[in-house]
Amino acid sequence: MQSRRTLLKSATALVAALSLAAPAIAETNEPLAVVATFSILGDMVERIGGDHVAVTTLVGPDGDAHVYQPTPAAARAVSEAEVLVVNGLDFEGWLDRLIDASDFNGARVVAAEAVEPIAYEDDHEEHTEAESHDHDDHDHEEAVEAATHDHDDHHDHHAEAGHDHHHHGAFDPHAWQSLENAVVYVDTITAALAQADPDNAGTFYQNRASYVAEIEALDAEIREIVADLPASRRTIVTSHDAFQYFGRDYGLTFLAPQGLSTDSEASAQEVARLIEEIREHNISAVFVENIADSRLLEQIADETGATIGGTLYPGALSGPDGPAPTYLDMMRHNPTTLAQALGS
Amino acid sequence: MIWDLVIQPFADFGFMRRALLGCVAISVGATPVGVFLMLRRMSLTGDAMAHAILPGAAVGYLISGLSLGAMTIGGLVAGMVVALLSGFVTRMTSLREDASLAAFYLISLALGVLIVSTRGSNVDLMHVLFGTVLALDDAALILLCSIASLSVLTLALFFRPLALECADPGFLRSVSRLSAVTHFTFLTLVVLNLVGGFHALGTLMAVGIMILPAAAARFWAVGIGGLIATAIAVAMFASLTGLLLSYHYSLPSGPAIILVAGIAYGLSLILGPVGGLAARAFPRRHFEA
Repeated sequence: MQSRRTLLKSATALVAALSLAAPAIAETNEPLAVVATFSILGDMVERIGGDHVAVTTLVGPDGDAHVYQPTPAAARAVSEAEVLVVNGLDFEGWLDRLIDASDFNGARVVAAEAVEPIAYEDDHEEHTEAESHDHDDHDHEEAVEAATHDHDDHHDHHAEAGHDHHHHGAFDPHAWQSLENAVVYVDTITAALAQADPDNAGTFYQNRASYVAEIEALDAEIREIVADLPASRRTIVTSHDAFQYFGRDYGLTFLAPQGLSTDSEASAQEVARLIEEIREHNISAVFVENIADSRLLEQIADETGATIGGTLYPGALSGPDGPAPTYLDMMRHNPTTLAQALGS
Repeated sequence: MIWDLVIQPFADFGFMRRALLGCVAISVGATPVGVFLMLRRMSLTGDAMAHAILPGAAVGYLISGLSLGAMTIGGLVAGMVVALLSGFVTRMTSLREDASLAAFYLISLALGVLIVSTRGSNVDLMHVLFGTVLALDDAALILLCSIASLSVLTLALFFRPLALECADPGFLRSVSRLSAVTHFTFLTLVVLNLVGGFHALGTLMAVGIMILPAAAARFWAVGIGGLIATAIAVAMFASLTGLLLSYHYSLPSGPAIILVAGIAYGLSLILGPVGGLAARAFPRRHFEA
């Protein structure tokens, strides 16, 4: 009985597959298997794909993708996936080995491929300051152009010194911290999902439209929140360098004792410079992050008399009960926390 | 000149003073323990212990989340269990200390990885547990200084049996019942210093400051007292120089301190009068002097 039924099933499936022929994937009710490398990408894929995708997120809420160790379950999820969504810009250093090990043969989507990356500067203080300065005088497109220009200038320099930067690449990978970039991410992901599952492409593009509308509304909301911050309070101290894109978009300067990766170790000079900076600019609050060790920052706050203003979410969502369960919640939570601590 | 280079960083910044105090505490507390470890050919114990404490830290994490206190106590318990079990096996069976320690720390490490994975979180526990010398808060400083005081007092109390045990464990066992007590007290000190050091300073700092100065001192002194004094001096020199290098040249602090200790070790290796390379190459100098 059992075997006859399965035979019958597979026969009908075969006929269905043959009759569709052209697109490689047969029309079934099975959702598209998608693997996203970390929680923010996973949330985006879920929003766009809806019920038509089954998303597996490798680095879950409150996890740190900088130092993630892949598990066999992750390798299996990747090998079974039809679409793999990664951030790119050398954010997931462990990814290539995982793909090699799991004979993945689906479509690989690099979400940040089309964004304009910010070049990583050793002397990031100068860099971000120049960036936000630029931004104040220009409107939107011009600011992006200025950033592009900037990046071209730095590019030569980085081609020479690129290997100095160890496993983080020449560019800041935290591109999702800009809502402008988020639209680029969403477009890239939507196109990839539509290609992998053409039958549901209509739904994907519909979801994309409403998602992008929400993103743009949030952008306006954040501009309003940030606009109230006086110029003297636009320098913000966090644990690691993850907010350069956010700072560029909204004219804020971010300083951090740790570099781009949470894995790096701070030097005494960097900490000393940061303390001087805090004293000089009269910074009243510093901010810890959900995925980084807060002890160094607490120590700095203690020494300068600044308070801990709250927890920011740079690169991982919180659990469902936390303040940032989705990407949009996270992007709203960060400036709200900043404004609450610095505003008055 | 000297003011700018040496004094000013400490005068201007509280975190530099704290880092220096933490380094002095661990130099005084952990370095003598390292000397005894070296004499007993257990210099690799520190690295083994860094892994052995993982399951304790993981259980602490499971019970009370990212609480440093719980994770440190858990790590301490796990480290003690591994140290005591391996000490017990060494004394009761024919297995040597290094092999029994290796066996227990590997079991402990595997258990730790298993516990961490079942929880499914990707926050790197080791990263959270291991501190950095630049971020010493009051609690960490008090912990370091208490451990240093405790280990200096204990070493003073057990100095004779410990020295005997290093030289000839069989003899001590035959003349005194203190042998077992001495052994386990010493292992306790090792774990205490290491876990405290991990918590406050990170793995590299804790193990490095314990072992490298002791190895360097080996080329300068013969008696245990001389070894300990030299080792403490080397450790303090390395801490101060490393911190200043980190300050002036923007180097990560932990590696800077340990590399200075490493350079001191390299120079001792070449120039040290007690069995150093130069002393061996020109043995006549001894007779002339």
